[in-house]
Amino acid sequence: MIKTIIKKGAYFDSVSLMQVAKKLNAVPGIIDSAVVMATRENKGIIKASGLLTPEVLKAGDSDLAIAVSAKTPEAAAAAFKAADELLNKKPAAAQGGADRKAAGLGDAVKALEGANLAVISVAGRFAGALAAECLDKNLNVMIFSDNVPVETEVALKRAAVRKKLLVMGPDCGTAIINGAPIAFANSVRRGNIGVVAASGTGLQEVTTLISNEGAGISQAIGTGSRDVKLEVGALTLIQALKMLAEDPGTDVILIVSKPPHPLILKKISAEIKKIEKPVVAVFLGGVIKEKIKENFYPAKTLEEAAYKAVCLGKGWKLGRAREIIYDMNLKAEELAKREAAKKKKSTRLRGLFSGGTFVSEAQVILPEMIGEVLSNAPLDKKFKLKNSMELRGHAVIDLGEDEFTMGRPHPMIDFSLRNKLIVSEAKKPEVSVLLLDLVLGYGANLRPLEDLLPSIVEAFIQNRELSIVTSVTGTETDPQARFKVVKGLEAAGVIVMPSNAGACRLAGEIVRLAARKQQGDLL
Amino acid sequence: MKLFESELKVVNIGLESFRQGLTDSGVKSVQAQFRPPLSGEAALFAKTSKNAARIDKANQKALARVLAAQPALVGMGLALDVIPGMKKDLILHAGPPITWARMCGPMRGGIMAALMYEGLAKNPKAAEKLAASGRIKYAPCHEHGAVGPMAGIISASMPVFIVKNEAGGNYAYATQNEGLGKVLRYGAYSPEVIERLKWMESALYPTLKAAISSLGRIDLKSIVAQALHMGDEVHNRNRAGTSLFYRAIAPAVIKTARDKETAAAALEFINGNDHFFLNLSMALSKASLDAGRGVKDSSLVVVMARNGTDFGVQLSGTGGHWFTGPAPVPDALYFPGYTKADANPDIGDSAITETNGLGGFAIAAAPAIVQFVGGTAADAVSYTLAMYEITVGENNIYKIPYLNFRGTPTGIDVIKAARTGILPFIDTGVAHKKAGVGQVGAGVLSAPPEPFARAFEYFARKL
Repeated sequence: MIKTIIKKGAYFDSVSLMQVAKKLNAVPGIIDSAVVMATRENKGIIKASGLLTPEVLKAGDSDLAIAVSAKTPEAAAAAFKAADELLNKKPAAAQGGADRKAAGLGDAVKALEGANLAVISVAGRFAGALAAECLDKNLNVMIFSDNVPVETEVALKRAAVRKKLLVMGPDCGTAIINGAPIAFANSVRRGNIGVVAASGTGLQEVTTLISNEGAGISQAIGTGSRDVKLEVGALTLIQALKMLAEDPGTDVILIVSKPPHPLILKKISAEIKKIEKPVVAVFLGGVIKEKIKENFYPAKTLEEAAYKAVCLGKGWKLGRAREIIYDMNLKAEELAKREAAKKKKSTRLRGLFSGGTFVSEAQVILPEMIGEVLSNAPLDKKFKLKNSMELRGHAVIDLGEDEFTMGRPHPMIDFSLRNKLIVSEAKKPEVSVLLLDLVLGYGANLRPLEDLLPSIVEAFIQNRELSIVTSVTGTETDPQARFKVVKGLEAAGVIVMPSNAGACRLAGEIVRLAARKQQGDLL
Repeated sequence: MKLFESELKVVNIGLESFRQGLTDSGVKSVQAQFRPPLSGEAALFAKTSKNAARIDKANQKALARVLAAQPALVGMGLALDVIPGMKKDLILHAGPPITWARMCGPMRGGIMAALMYEGLAKNPKAAEKLAASGRIKYAPCHEHGAVGPMAGIISASMPVFIVKNEAGGNYAYATQNEGLGKVLRYGAYSPEVIERLKWMESALYPTLKAAISSLGRIDLKSIVAQALHMGDEVHNRNRAGTSLFYRAIAPAVIKTARDKETAAAALEFINGNDHFFLNLSMALSKASLDAGRGVKDSSLVVVMARNGTDFGVQLSGTGGHWFTGPAPVPDALYFPGYTKADANPDIGDSAITETNGLGGFAIAAAPAIVQFVGGTAADAVSYTLAMYEITVGENNIYKIPYLNFRGTPTGIDVIKAARTGILPFIDTGVAHKKAGVGQVGAGVLSAPPEPFARAFEYFARKL
């Protein structure tokens, strides 16, 4: 039976609500649940999951709808009671005293004298106005929220440039400012490398690789994914470059982005030329042919960019970057042979990623090793998967794409969809290697092993030939502690590589060797 | 200040978990609460932003008049004689305009009591018939310079206090508070209710009138300022205000009363009613806010009032226009034997105190009644602090000791309320929904969103 209740005028942010819904699903006798603000889009989601009732239909934008599909009325009642408790749970901070929750922006600025950064993660339709208010109060702004109109983004960024403030985002998932991880970020060493990134996962990958190699980060600025598009004109990226160029704590600058619009690339190049400090840049899926300036170092992968920055930061010869990668490959070669030896019939690689930039990086690395790789987020439209849920050939998919995240938390937090795919892909006899990523740090899933391992175990049971390769993006000081996670994965039979690029190369190599072996067997 | 060379201090709005990484790195942060705006019309917000300078100037002007008001109790009289536009067949009520058909139980009961008190009906049945007949006219107290708690009923022969804003020259009127228990303002109409009203008219009224007249005036503003320092917020707690008023008037009562018994009875009555001062704090608020009316382009709220069915709001810059929405039922602590199911939706003109920076807006000054607001003094402080987000300014006279004598948040700006989604916080008594039962509890509520959204949209469109 479907039961719903409406709470009028009770606003909650969507992530909190999804966390509540996830917990409701764990209530005995509950088949499915949705806890959402009753906006038009959310009604669509509820309808799609078969939980729509006339009451929900009648509810308005500012009403909270709780819908459950329950086996019994008692189960529904228990779920509603649980929802009430979860929603009304007062965080300790709200009780007052020194850690009182501020009633609004004005109150917050009064309560925290000298506040200089606002982090905004409310629903996208409210984020723009809120960010404008923050700029009015002379706060730098990071907008985690997405679904902010591009005109709003441009207006905010122009205002910020005028006021010499920084607007990171919208859709900026991560940053590290003055050593502090903001939103989805890792706990990394401080150092002399300044990062500016248009991709959240890319920023996390390079900062952790740098930190794990013993170097450190001065600042890491996220620009939001649209910044390098023509409409926005890299307003934040260029401002960040200026700030890093001036920053006495930064000796090396590292840029991470998808290939910018050609006109925007020109603008960026002109800015890079003005910088005396060495600049490393990776535009995933694109190549910079132009020699912008003497100490400019283009890179093809996040990994190459990170290790080049480490060498520059430490005053090592650049060749050392290649050596680090070479050493990694040498170790991988043994593993590849061992894994390939298991394969009798399977030859296909399937990449199930939670980080979008990793999907791009995989497409930079894999095709030259194993040929055509399909994706729901292809670098070249030619290789677009017809149906994102039906993987064919070699394929890598981004589970963080909107098509998968409607109404559920990001796959870095909620593993449930990927867990299903891990098992369903493993059941296919042609699948030889599952390539994964696992992102640690603040904001990410705090119990990655508990949530991931059951599906890994099941996958190995289903497919005797299967290899599972992953990278673990994180550091030892992250809340999840990288070594613990690596140990747990390895104990379950997963091969863990230091970088996503390394994981891609190993996975590719296994598939390549397996295919060659099977062709040899046939001959 | 360059961000990279300053100490990072973060305001986090949205996901609270984002503070963990900051805390672990020793970065100071504060969580700012977020609510969606009351109106979905982004263009109207843009319009008010564009005209912000003009609106701000108008609001400052309106608030300056409110803050400069000098409300003093200057006399008493019968409603028919002193309230502008008062008539024998007119009954004034709390809140925005309403027809008999839509009135809630307590308001109907109060009107029936008033008709019997006026001698226009012999018994409840006749009173109810007359009330519904169309021969009796109804109008909001607020449209006649008056205010009334709960049902807020004022009929022609009721005695009223006369409060004058000596700075602006305008007047406000309110009846004498009847005390707790079975009383007209909660819709009770039994014989003892009428009897008490008769005694208040024939004994209390002349005694107080003579005493006030011998004093000339009683400065109400200074009583409220002191009462806030003594634990009142002068809406739900009036113990200090009543005591201070008692000290001010007692010698004059004794001097002017026709005999000792009359004086003692009057003083006993005030002494026995901790809420006696409420009607005066309301009239003081009304006299202050009326001074802020009629400022072009001002989005200052000059009235919040409820009739037990609707919650109504008026703005300085939109004349006599009422913006209404359904009145909510307060979250309350109920007297033994009663529950929320017994409660009438919010009722009374007493939210004029909040409109004036008192009541719920000054709850941080009243730790003795924090059990109404969640139980801890910190909760009360949070409520007051939240109101600064939606007010034009801070009070120059009414100050809160705990907040280092910061002035109370005063003068609600409907634009700020609409933008932040923060609604005025009101602490109030709760009436039984059936006429004649009386008060069933006391508690708090946030004003409903609709009147503020409507007021904002109307104001912004007219800009």
